[in-house]
Amino acid sequence: MARKIPRPFVLGLVAGAVTAVFAYACRTTGPKGALDGDIASRVYVAPGEYDEFYAFLSGGFSGQVTVYGLPSGRLLKVVPVFSQHAENGWGYSEETKPMLETSFGFVPWDDAHHPQLSKTNGVPDGRWLFINANNTPRVARISLETFETEEIIEIPQSAGNHASPFVTPNSEYVVASTRFSVPVPQRDISIADYKAAFKGTISFIRANAPGEMDIAFQLVVPGYNYDLAHAGKGPSYGWAFFTTYNTEQANTLLEINASQRDKDFVAAVNWRRAEECVAQGRGRDVPVTYAHNYMDETRVARSERKQGVRVLEPADCEGMIYYLPTPKSPHGVDVDPSGEYIVAGGKLATVIPVHSFSKMLAAIEAKDFEGEADGIPVLRYDAVLAGEVQNPGLGPLHTEFDGRGYAYTSAFISSEIVKWKLGTWEVVDRIPTYYSIGHLMIPGGDSEKPWGKYVIALNKITKDRYLPTGPELVHAAQLIDISGERMKLLLDFPTLGEPHYAQALPADLIKDKVVRIYDIQGNRNPYATLSEADARVERRGGTVHVYMTAIRSHFAPDIIEGIRVGDTVKFHVTNLEQDWDVPHGFAAMGVQNAELLIMPGETKTLTWVPKQPGVYPFYCTDFCSALHQEMQGYVRVSPAGANVVLTSNGAGQSRVLASGGGR
Amino acid sequence: MITRRPPLVPGGDGAAPEGAPPSAPVVVHAAARRVRFQIIASAAPAPSRLSAGARIAVAVAALALLAVLVLPLWRIDLEAPQYPEGLGMEIRVNTIVGVKPNDLNSINNLNHYIGMKVIRPEDFPELRFMPLLVAGLSAMGLVVAATGRRRLLYAWVALLVLFALAGLADFYRWSYDYGHNLDYERAIIKVPGMSYQPPLIGSKQLLNFRAHSWPGSGGWVAIAAGALASLVAARELVRARRARGVAEAA
Repeated sequence: MARKIPRPFVLGLVAGAVTAVFAYACRTTGPKGALDGDIASRVYVAPGEYDEFYAFLSGGFSGQVTVYGLPSGRLLKVVPVFSQHAENGWGYSEETKPMLETSFGFVPWDDAHHPQLSKTNGVPDGRWLFINANNTPRVARISLETFETEEIIEIPQSAGNHASPFVTPNSEYVVASTRFSVPVPQRDISIADYKAAFKGTISFIRANAPGEMDIAFQLVVPGYNYDLAHAGKGPSYGWAFFTTYNTEQANTLLEINASQRDKDFVAAVNWRRAEECVAQGRGRDVPVTYAHNYMDETRVARSERKQGVRVLEPADCEGMIYYLPTPKSPHGVDVDPSGEYIVAGGKLATVIPVHSFSKMLAAIEAKDFEGEADGIPVLRYDAVLAGEVQNPGLGPLHTEFDGRGYAYTSAFISSEIVKWKLGTWEVVDRIPTYYSIGHLMIPGGDSEKPWGKYVIALNKITKDRYLPTGPELVHAAQLIDISGERMKLLLDFPTLGEPHYAQALPADLIKDKVVRIYDIQGNRNPYATLSEADARVERRGGTVHVYMTAIRSHFAPDIIEGIRVGDTVKFHVTNLEQDWDVPHGFAAMGVQNAELLIMPGETKTLTWVPKQPGVYPFYCTDFCSALHQEMQGYVRVSPAGANVVLTSNGAGQSRVLASGGGR
Repeated sequence: MITRRPPLVPGGDGAAPEGAPPSAPVVVHAAARRVRFQIIASAAPAPSRLSAGARIAVAVAALALLAVLVLPLWRIDLEAPQYPEGLGMEIRVNTIVGVKPNDLNSINNLNHYIGMKVIRPEDFPELRFMPLLVAGLSAMGLVVAATGRRRLLYAWVALLVLFALAGLADFYRWSYDYGHNLDYERAIIKVPGMSYQPPLIGSKQLLNFRAHSWPGSGGWVAIAAGALASLVAARELVRARRARGVAEAA
């Protein structure tokens, strides 16, 4: 019977169904990041071997910095910066609490976005790492000898310190600016008065002298959102570039209201011109107060309040600032190694515009302006444009350079890195990232001499990359080889917090100068106990100072009596070790505080206000020796007003008692 | 229920000998008995009634149609790098839902970037009467199977095809509307010349999303039912033509 059904009809049906099923089955787009060749050996660092690069990843909302080795992707350290870190007592111990002081008081957390290595002649020099605090505007300096935060300065008249702390080629300055414009000066005012009263500020912070970070001068600029920055170099030395968005000056629902204009601006700031104007006494001093926190050779942080900042308006200093029209809500602004090209990533733009520094100078010379914005000349787009990269991926954000004439731009929406050629602006390669890349980083890739071997994708979305761990996932980073013509995915590794941006440099620049111990003879902490013979307790009014030493495997003293409810107890614990990698920890039961982690030769102080009588054990928390478990002691707490004599079994105690008790 | 012309027995070339078991429909005994009765009762040569096999096939097709009351008619799947788990929506006969519980919300939330209207099931009046239409079509198919009337079969198949085409046209119309009538005032991403209509059937890149538009499981069942009904109708057409030929020859 079937033979009597018109055959073409049946064949057509079958063919149609087969095609449909085949097409349906083939709709997925392929494997996720297939690897080829001997990739594993490219990232394998044998046991005991060192990585080639130090990479410093910001922790984003963790407020800290993480240190990774490349190419292995191994986590080497978390450097606490803007957030309390109970793990080692950062922001809990008396020596470190002042580091988190601000004009608003103690702030235990921040959002750290952009690490920046200090530079000499436009190249990372391995002295310091700077990083910004987004939320309560600050910039920190981290020593790359101790891998510790040594200095934090608050930025007055600012909010949302995002375009920060990009450094000038000789670390003359790190910059800071307002992502959120605010009333300048700050005051109680209706938010509806945004356009009239809200301003942006761009700050230049003196950065090349430890302990002397200061706001050199501050530009008051129109109330846009200043987003990212990079300093000029080579021919563009002396300039710094900042992206802006929300030139619409919306103050609500910016998602829509700040996305209206086809072009926003890149602000080009001639900071040497600004220096001249300041030297000529132009501008005015504004009486503002801001915190400056510094850990000097005593290794006890001090927090001081600085007063006043020199402010320049554009009108005070002609030639100091120009606007370059740039499509469309630009985010990153990156200067190529030659210093000629200024690449802006318009997150809603369909091209990557590249401005030419030489054309910009010519346009300024010729006064080729298309208008003015609040007194700032706006250059003509076509007059400053070097070229546009077509089809750069969706949502282009940031660009880094390999030093061989290529640029690498991250595209957030299409989740890829796009490689393109400087000068011809043609896209030559692209590679997917997993997923939704924000910044990308080539070691030295924003400097004059990139070490263009790898690029790291710093992604915002992780989803299925690793074994699932509940709703909260780590962020993923991918290491990609860029030494060849085609980019090649090598490694995918998890990170801490939000690795917002990163910096990296060859390990050789740092590794041999890294501090291993603090010299006990150089310990300048006023509460240091340099020898076990001096271990003791002393009462000064309601405060009991415990001068304690720690050495394998005991504390001295390890018996303390005579503390009363209502006393404030300060444990000043000095680690007498002078061996590499023998920290001691200190913790006591019921202490409403973190632990101390004390490095060899260092003194740290934990404050305790006991509330109940009893006997409290304390112990070493960092496994230090075979008899680590024996490293313990007791504190007796008596009721308020009790007559128990303050005493301890510290060897220095007899002297104190002989001299008539505590001072 | 008197027929003038006996149906052809599958495989045979005319009326089967009286009392002979029907050669094809052996599954449903009631139907088989009726076939025998028809064969006995029939006298005229030209068939206007369906064979038992055809009627069972029609009944199966008609009942299969009911599957779309519970299974999705159509599926639009969205793929993007940052959605490795996929996003999708199902067009059902009475509603539009996400493939996963929150998919429709997620799709609507993504669509706000491009200024697309919010997709809300209650905005599609078709979804209110489509279940009735499907039930009606299924019932009509059952009537065709019960009566075995050939003309009714043709009418039913024609309605099925019409319904399918109208459905596709309607789907196209809505997807065009949603894909093109964008709120540029509120759109955040505005790509000149870009529209976001998913393909009627097949795959298409829409910014970072690859949209796949294919029948859902219910849709495939309906297509199979329609194909089965069409095959039966085509067979009946051929048989009728042959029967006419035989009658004319006689």
